[in-house]
Amino acid sequence: MAESSRLGQSIDSFVDSSCSLTQQAASLDTITSLVKNGVLSVEGLVREMEMYLTTTDNIIRARGILLLGEVLACLVSKPLENATIHSLIGFFTDRLADWKCLRGALVGCLALMRRKLDAGMVTDTDAKAVAHSFLQNLQVQSLGQHDRKLCFELLECLLECYPDSVAPLGDELVYGICEAVDSEKDPQCLLLTFRIIEVLARLFPDQSGPLASFAGDLFEILGCYFPIHFTHPKAEDLGIKRDDLSEALMLAFSSTPFFEPFAIPLLLEKLSSSLPFAKVDSLKYLSSCTLKYGAERMLKHAGAIWLAIKDAIYNSIQEPALSFTSESLVGLGFQENEIAKEALTLLQRVIVQSDSLYLSLIVKDEDINMILNTITSYESYNDIYSQGRLKLHVVGRFLSISARSSIASCNRVFESFFPRLMEILGLPVKNLSADHSPIVSSLISKRLNFGALYLCIELLASYRDLTAGSKEIASKSISASETCYGMLQSYSNLLTEAFCSTLVTSPQDADIYFGVKGLQILATFPGYVSPMLISEFESILITLMSIITLHFKKTLLWKLSLKALVNIGSFIDEYHESEKVSSYMGVVVEKSISLVSLDDFTMPFPLKLEAISGIGASGLNYMLKIVRGLEEAIYTNLSEFYAHENMKSPEITIRLLECYSNKVLPWIHENGSFDEVLLRFPVNVWSQIESHVDFSIQVQEMELLDATMTAMRHAVAFCSVESQNKIIQKAYSILSSSTFFPLKEFTSLTIQFQLGGLQLARKIDNLSYRDEWILSLFASVVIAARPQTPIPNLKEILQLFMTTLLKGSVPAAQALGSIVNKLGKESNELKISSDCTLEEALETIFRTKLWSSHDNGALMKCSGTNNGSEMSFADSCLGVVNNNLPQIHAITGLSWIGKGLLLRGHEKLKDVTMIFLEFLLKNNKADAFPLKQNSLESSSERDLHPSVIKSAADAFHILMSDSEVCLNRKFHAVIRPLYKQRFFSTMMPILQPLIMKNDSSLSRSMLCRAFAHIISDTPLTPILSEAKKLIPIILDCLSMLNKDIQDKDILYSLLLVLSGILTDKNGQEAVIENVHHVINNLTKLIAYPHMMLVRETAIQCLVAMSELPHARIYPMRIQVLRAISNALNDPKRAIRQEAVRCRQAWASIASRSLHF
Amino acid sequence: MTLGLINANPIVHAKKERVARTEDPHGDDAVDPLEIYDFVRDIRDPEHPYSLEQLSVLSEESITVDEKLGRILITFTPTIQHCSMATVIGLCLRVKLQHCFPPHYKVDIKVSPGSHANEESVNKQLNDKERVAAALENPNLRQLVDECLYSNEL
Repeated sequence: MAESSRLGQSIDSFVDSSCSLTQQAASLDTITSLVKNGVLSVEGLVREMEMYLTTTDNIIRARGILLLGEVLACLVSKPLENATIHSLIGFFTDRLADWKCLRGALVGCLALMRRKLDAGMVTDTDAKAVAHSFLQNLQVQSLGQHDRKLCFELLECLLECYPDSVAPLGDELVYGICEAVDSEKDPQCLLLTFRIIEVLARLFPDQSGPLASFAGDLFEILGCYFPIHFTHPKAEDLGIKRDDLSEALMLAFSSTPFFEPFAIPLLLEKLSSSLPFAKVDSLKYLSSCTLKYGAERMLKHAGAIWLAIKDAIYNSIQEPALSFTSESLVGLGFQENEIAKEALTLLQRVIVQSDSLYLSLIVKDEDINMILNTITSYESYNDIYSQGRLKLHVVGRFLSISARSSIASCNRVFESFFPRLMEILGLPVKNLSADHSPIVSSLISKRLNFGALYLCIELLASYRDLTAGSKEIASKSISASETCYGMLQSYSNLLTEAFCSTLVTSPQDADIYFGVKGLQILATFPGYVSPMLISEFESILITLMSIITLHFKKTLLWKLSLKALVNIGSFIDEYHESEKVSSYMGVVVEKSISLVSLDDFTMPFPLKLEAISGIGASGLNYMLKIVRGLEEAIYTNLSEFYAHENMKSPEITIRLLECYSNKVLPWIHENGSFDEVLLRFPVNVWSQIESHVDFSIQVQEMELLDATMTAMRHAVAFCSVESQNKIIQKAYSILSSSTFFPLKEFTSLTIQFQLGGLQLARKIDNLSYRDEWILSLFASVVIAARPQTPIPNLKEILQLFMTTLLKGSVPAAQALGSIVNKLGKESNELKISSDCTLEEALETIFRTKLWSSHDNGALMKCSGTNNGSEMSFADSCLGVVNNNLPQIHAITGLSWIGKGLLLRGHEKLKDVTMIFLEFLLKNNKADAFPLKQNSLESSSERDLHPSVIKSAADAFHILMSDSEVCLNRKFHAVIRPLYKQRFFSTMMPILQPLIMKNDSSLSRSMLCRAFAHIISDTPLTPILSEAKKLIPIILDCLSMLNKDIQDKDILYSLLLVLSGILTDKNGQEAVIENVHHVINNLTKLIAYPHMMLVRETAIQCLVAMSELPHARIYPMRIQVLRAISNALNDPKRAIRQEAVRCRQAWASIASRSLHF
Repeated sequence: MTLGLINANPIVHAKKERVARTEDPHGDDAVDPLEIYDFVRDIRDPEHPYSLEQLSVLSEESITVDEKLGRILITFTPTIQHCSMATVIGLCLRVKLQHCFPPHYKVDIKVSPGSHANEESVNKQLNDKERVAAALENPNLRQLVDECLYSNEL
C-alpha cells in the first residue's frame, strides 16, 4: 500500500510541470528503483500510469510518456519479456505520430532499441515498424535541437543494430535520411549525421542499390559542409572540436565509392582555397578517399591529384631556417608545414595504390625534368638561388618518397633517374673489363655537381631505408637481380671515390655535409643486399678515419665524419655483420686506440678523446676493446710518472683519466654490468703502485692524483661487492706493506695507544709521495665501497685515517665519514667480516680526541666520560698547537664524519654539532687575542683563533651541502629521507636563541654564518612554515655577510632563500611583518659590488615585494625608487633591465607618474 | 581640424626577431643602441595598435649613444609628413627613456630630416624642458602617453 502511494506521488511530481528539476529527477529515481528491485513490474507501472498515458491533456500526456520512456532508459539491462517489449515498442511507435508528445516517444523508442540481446531485444518486425513510422511521421528539421539529436540517435541505432530490418526499406530510407539531415547545423547533431551517412553507405554497397542512385543528392547535402568551418567560441561547451567534426566528415566522405565522381572534384577544387586548414583537410580527405574508393576509380583523377600535390608542396614549404653548420640538420634544411606533410602522405598513398601510374607521371613530369636539366648549370650550393633550392628539395622529396614505397617503384625510379644523375656527376658506367683508374683520377680533380649529388644521395638513402627497413621483406624480395641493386653495384666504386674526393677537396659546407652523408649511406646497406664490396666498405672507413686523424682543423667535416663513423659502427653492430664488424674493428677501433697511445702531438688531445669515446659508444664490442686501449695508455703514462722518466706535463694523463671516469665508465655501467672490466682498472693501478717502490712523483702533480682518485672512485663504485672486496684486499695489502704502517702497536685505547698515535703522527709528517698516493687512493676505494663490502682491520684503518686527517688530508676525512655512514647497517653480514661495530668505531673516533686538544670540555661531553680527567690525556696534538692548522683540519675531519652520521640519521651527530657549537661560543668568555701557546696550560682557558671558529661555522656547510666526491647515492651512501629537514628542525631551536642573546660580535657573526649554511641548503617547505621566526635572523645574516667579499657565495644562497620565501604565499604573509627591514636590506644589496647575481636577485626580490598589500609597502616606495634609480646606472645590462622592471612595478603602485 | 585618423592606412612591417644576447659574464655591458632600442621598440603608436617598430618609426640605426658623455640621440620618422602625432611619439620616447636611464643622461629626440612638414618646430618642442614638463602636466596628454607606454594591445 505504502509502495503504491509512493509510486503515485512520484508519478504526480514528475508529471507536474511546476515541480523543480531536482524533484523530477528524484521521483524518476524512485520509480526506477522500484521497478529495478522487482517491487513493481513494468506492466504494473504502465497500468498505474494509464491515465497519464492516454489523457487528452497534451502536456500531461507528454510528461507521462516521457516518464515511461525515461524509466525504460534506466532499465536497459533489466531482462524483460518479449511480449512486454513488443507491446511497449508498439505503443511508442504509434506515439511517434503524436507530435505533441514526441520527446517521450523518441526516448522510449531509443531506450527499447538499444537493449541488448540478453535482456530482451526488439524484434525485427517491430524495428521495421519503428523505421516505417519514423520515416512517415517525423519532419526532423522542423524539430528543436534536442529532439533532432534524439531522432538522429534513433536513426543511427536503427542502422547499426537492425540493418536487416531497415535494409528492405531501400529508397524510402535513403530518401528519408536525405530529408532528415538536410541543412543540419548543430555540431552535436552533425556528428551524428555524418555517422549515419557512413553507416548507411555500409548498408547499401551494391552498385544497383538505392544509395548508388541517391549518391549525388546525398553528397550535395554532405559536400556543403566541406571544409568544416567551425567558429564555436568555446569548444569545451559541447565537448566537440573542429577536428572531431572534420574527422567524422572525412569518414562520411570516404564511406562509399559512389561519392567519388562528386567528392574528388570538390576536394581538388578546395585545394586552391586560400585557407590553410581547407588545404590540409582536402589533402587528408584525398588520402582517406584514395584508400576507400580503390585504384580503379581514382585512375582518372591521377593527373589532377599529381598536379595538386606538386602545387601544394611548392607553395607551402618555408625558407630554410638552418645552415649547414648546425649539426641537427637533415637534408637541405627546408621546413615542411602541415600542408606539405599531408601532401607527401597523399603522394605516398597514391603511389602505393597504383605505383606504375604515378611513377610514369613523375618520370614524365616536365617540372622535374626541367629541374634535372637546370641543375647541370649549378655547380655548387651557393650558386643556386633559393627558389632553385626549394625546387631541388621538392624533387628530392618526390624521388625519395616514390623510391621508398616499394621495391618495384624503387627500380623504376632508379632506372629513370640514376643514370642521368650519374651522367651529370660525370661518373661513367663501370666497364668491367676496362681499367677505370684514369677516369677516377680525372674525377677527383673536378667538383661534383651539387644538385645531382643531393638527388643522388636522396635516392641512395631511400634505397637503403627500403632494404634496411624490414629484414624479412628485404631478404625475400630484394635480390641481386633487382635493377637498382645492379645499378648501384656498377657505380658503387665510383661513387665512393667521388664522395671521398669531395670531402677532401671541397671547401663548402654543403658539399661536405652531403659527401659524408653519402659515404655513411653507402656503408650502411645491410650485408645480404649490400651492393658494396667489403673492400669498398673498408675504403670508406679509411677515408673517414683519415679525416679524423688529419683534418681536425675543419670542425664541421671532423664532427660529421665522427658522427658518420659512430652511425656506421652502431648499424653494423645492430645487424650483426661479422665481416664488416671485423674490418671496422681493424680500421676504426684499432686506429683510434693507437691515437691515444701514440705520442703524436699534431692532433689535439681532447679531439682524440672525443673520437675514441664516441666510437666506443657505438657498440659494446668496440667499447670493450677501447677500454682496454685506454687503460693501457693510462698505465703506460702513470708508470712513466712513477718511474720519473716522463718529463712532460701530466695533462695528457689527467685528460685520459677524466675521459675514462666521465664517459667510458658510465657507458659500460649503463650497457650491462661488466664486473671484470670494471675490476681490472683499480686492480691494475694498485699493482702498478706495488711494483714501483721507488716513486718519484712531484708535489705539483696533485692534479694527477686527484684525477686518479676520481677514476678510482668511479670504477670502484660501479663494481659489485665481490669485486670491491678483491680491490680492498689488494689495496690493504699494499697499504700495510708501506713504510708508514706500523700498526701493531694500536690495540687498545690506552695511554700507550696515545703514544703510538704520537709516533704515527710524526711518521706521517714526513710521508713520502708514494705513501701519500697509497693513502689517498685507499681513501678513494673506501669512499666508493658499498655498505656490504667489509673493510679489513677496520680499527687500524680508522686510526690511520684520523691521524692523516690532522695533517689536512681531506680524502681521509671523507673516507672516515663514509665508513661511519655505511658501517653496520647490514649488521648480520658485517659482524662476521668486520672486526668492529659501528659503536666501537665511533668510540675509537671520539676517544682519540685528536681534534679537540683545546676543547676538552666539549670532547668530554661527546665521549661520555667525566670532564675531570682531561689532564690524563696527554693529547697527541698538543705538540702542534703552535699554529691553528691542525685544529682546522680536525674540524674539517669531524664535519665529514658528522655528515656521514647525519645522512644515516645517527644520534651521535648531536655530539658532533655540540662540539661545533662550543667552538662558536668559545669567544664569549674573553676578548683577548690568542697569544699564549703553552702546551701545559689548561686548554679551556685559551682563546681560539677566528679562523678556527670560522672553520667550525663552515663545518655546517659540509654537513648540509651535497658533495660530488663522496657520501652521495653514486657512492652508495646510506641516506635517510628528509635528513636535511630533520637537521634543520633540530638545529633551529638551538641556534635561534643563541643568535638572539649573543652580544659578542665575533661569535654572533659566526653563529649567523652557521645559520646561513644550514638554511641555504634546506628545502624551502620547512623554511616556509617557520618563516616568521626565521626572517629576522636571515636579515641579520644578510647585513652581516655583505661586508666580506669572500662571503659572496653564501650571501647569494641566503638571498635565494629569501627570494623563495617572497614568492610563496605563506612566506609573503611572514614578510609583511618585517617589510621595513627586508626592504632596508635589499636596497643595500642592490649596490653589492662583488657579485652581479646578488644585485640581480635583490632587485627581483623587490619586484616580488611590490605585490604585497599596498598599505604595507606604500611608505617604502620612495626609498625603493631612490635605490633603484642608482641601479639604472649599473655596469651590467641585465641589472639595468631588471631595474627598469622593478622601477615600473614600484612606480605603478601609486600612480603611473614617476614624480616623487 | 580633420576628423578621423591622420594616417588611416599605415604600412605595417614585420617585427624583427629578438636576438638574445649571448651570456658573457665578463663582457663589456656598455649602453648600446640595441639596448635603447629594446626599451622603445614596443611603445605603441598613439593611433594604431601597432608598435613603433612595426610602423618603422624607429630602427636600431636611428639611435646613437655616447656613454662617456652620457648622451642619447634618437631620430624617428613619422609615418606621414603632416603627422600631428609626431610630438606625442616624441613625448612617449622621452618619458620612456626617463624611466629607463639614470637622470644624468642627456636625451635628444628629433624627427629625421625631411620627414616632417614642421620639422624645426617639432624638434624645438620635443627638446624644450619647459614644454615637455608642461605637456606632462596635462592630464589628457599624460593619459595618452601612459597608454602608449604600457598598452597591452600589441
